[in-house]
Amino acid sequence: MDEHRRRNQIFSIIAVACLFLFLLSMHFYADDYQIRILNNIALFIILAVSYNLINGVTGQFSLEPNAFVAIGAYTSALLTLTPAEKQMAFIIEPIIWPLSVIHVPFFVSLIAAGVVTAFFGFLMGFPVFRVRGDYLAIVTLGFGEVVRVVANNTQTITNGPLGLKGLANYTNIWWSWGIAAFTVFYIARLVRSSYGMAMKAVKYDEAAAESIGINAFKHKMLAFTTSAFFEGIGGGLLAHLITTISPTLFTFFLTFNLLIMIVAGGLGSITGSVIAAVVITWGGEALRVVEEPINLGFVTIPGIPGMRMVLFSLILVLVMIFARQGLMGTREFNWNGLFRKIRAWTHRTAKES
Amino acid sequence: MDFSLIAQQLINAVSLGSLYGLIAIGYTMVYGILRLINFAHGDVMMMGCFFAFYGIMIFSMPWWLSFPVAIVLTAFLGILIDRGAYRPVRNAPRISALITAIGVSFFLENLGLVVFGGRPKGFPRPELFAGIYTFGDIRFLGLSIWVPLIALVLLAGILFLVYRTRVGRAMRCISYDMETTRLMGVDVNRIIAITFAAGSAAAAAGGILWAMKYPQINPLMGIIPGLKAFVAAVLGGIGNVVGAMLGGLLLGMAEILLVAIRPDLSGYRDAIAFGILILILLFRPTGLMGEKLPE
Repeated sequence: MDEHRRRNQIFSIIAVACLFLFLLSMHFYADDYQIRILNNIALFIILAVSYNLINGVTGQFSLEPNAFVAIGAYTSALLTLTPAEKQMAFIIEPIIWPLSVIHVPFFVSLIAAGVVTAFFGFLMGFPVFRVRGDYLAIVTLGFGEVVRVVANNTQTITNGPLGLKGLANYTNIWWSWGIAAFTVFYIARLVRSSYGMAMKAVKYDEAAAESIGINAFKHKMLAFTTSAFFEGIGGGLLAHLITTISPTLFTFFLTFNLLIMIVAGGLGSITGSVIAAVVITWGGEALRVVEEPINLGFVTIPGIPGMRMVLFSLILVLVMIFARQGLMGTREFNWNGLFRKIRAWTHRTAKES
Repeated sequence: MDFSLIAQQLINAVSLGSLYGLIAIGYTMVYGILRLINFAHGDVMMMGCFFAFYGIMIFSMPWWLSFPVAIVLTAFLGILIDRGAYRPVRNAPRISALITAIGVSFFLENLGLVVFGGRPKGFPRPELFAGIYTFGDIRFLGLSIWVPLIALVLLAGILFLVYRTRVGRAMRCISYDMETTRLMGVDVNRIIAITFAAGSAAAAAGGILWAMKYPQINPLMGIIPGLKAFVAAVLGGIGNVVGAMLGGLLLGMAEILLVAIRPDLSGYRDAIAFGILILILLFRPTGLMGEKLPE
């Protein structure tokens, strides 16, 4: 079918190898701050790409990632803390039994985080997909708030407002980028499969999709649960990256950051989500200059703390008004397209000279 | 539970509920016309509180001048938001408008953090509202009586606007069919601007009362009341002004009831609204007084 399949596979392998070499060099030469940014980028790629699956690909505009990330983070953290550490941390009320004795390796805890979150996503899906459009957004937003309220109040499970401190710093660039690569690969395959086609059909016209025999509810659930699975794993990575979690970490603010990414990247485009996650995470760090005093030699402009979020929210509104398609629209990167572009470009320059 | 305790809780419930109701009116009016959840509504309310606060603190206005000025300024803010952010996406898919609204909400919150600072500020409580009254065993703040009264007056004003004026008739027409209304020679954008102004003014009034009740304000104070007021609007039947007030009262009752009956569960107070929302959407999506929405 595709005459360039072999060539494309080779290029894909080369690209992954380049990423690996880049990370390897970073592993040896980058300072802690740069490593931290790299980890954040990978984390946001995981979260944005999986959020995009339900919002962009399936077209069900929902606002729950902070809930999923919270569930994943707590699950994973509670599983990697040793029983002794848990006893120390739960000073107000002791932690309930099985959790008090379980202790598993990091990788197992990540899988558990994904599975538990997916299960919660599955349960949430039943009421959530009874409604559509704006109501869907508000109900999922409500779930995000409820998860936070529950985390604040279930003292014997989550340690309440105190949160969990002193988690081992397991997340390094190999874990984060490895999982990010797997997430992108898996979700890209899913979107190209017949399930992905059905999800897109549901997005463009639910009634028409139903009429040709696509079970819309089933495909929404599939997208939602898959999204929850990866958000949960992302939550586990997040917990072991920042090593302290508490309910205040998982506010709507987190969802908002992801929303900017998938909207700016183009709702429905995995490539767009990845690019936006990289640019916005990295750009967010670079934009710290607006919050620091700038010395121009003759005059010093005082920095304004908090200005970055003002700019980000303005960007979101401006993207919606002037560039609704975002960076990529619903287009995806592929090698054939890239080579076509390069050929067209060399052709043109050859003609001109 | 004896009588005085019930009366006490009832006063609390009605006063809290009418605040939700006042804020819900703005949601319901805008949703009724544009089918847009104005996410920024709670933050518009927050801005109203800060206008009133700075009116008193910086321009040393007396409260009876500062509060109306703040309400008028907030109404203009509502118009400005509509003009700057919502009008350009009016013909875009509804999800784009929703994302824009979320963006505006975050913009106001973060601008508030930058301009006003994140530290909570004490909000002055004028003497008129600060008195404490005692009837037998029942003790309550004068404000608890003023809140429902003011809410009732404002509700009457908005009902008059919607059902007894030409502008109100145009609003109701737009909510049925915007294009046809435009063809009839109605300046749709002007009517929508008036809707935003009226809704924002009600939110500002609700916000100022809210600020006096919990006498402090901060730039993020609008989020939770905003969400709950939205639930109240859905509960009452979105698009219906009386329903919004009714939904607000019911939500206030439910919250106070939970805290009164099971004080140990009071931490879950903020989750009740969403529990109600999910139940309503599952069993009666049109709310208590709503009409069936065209799909």
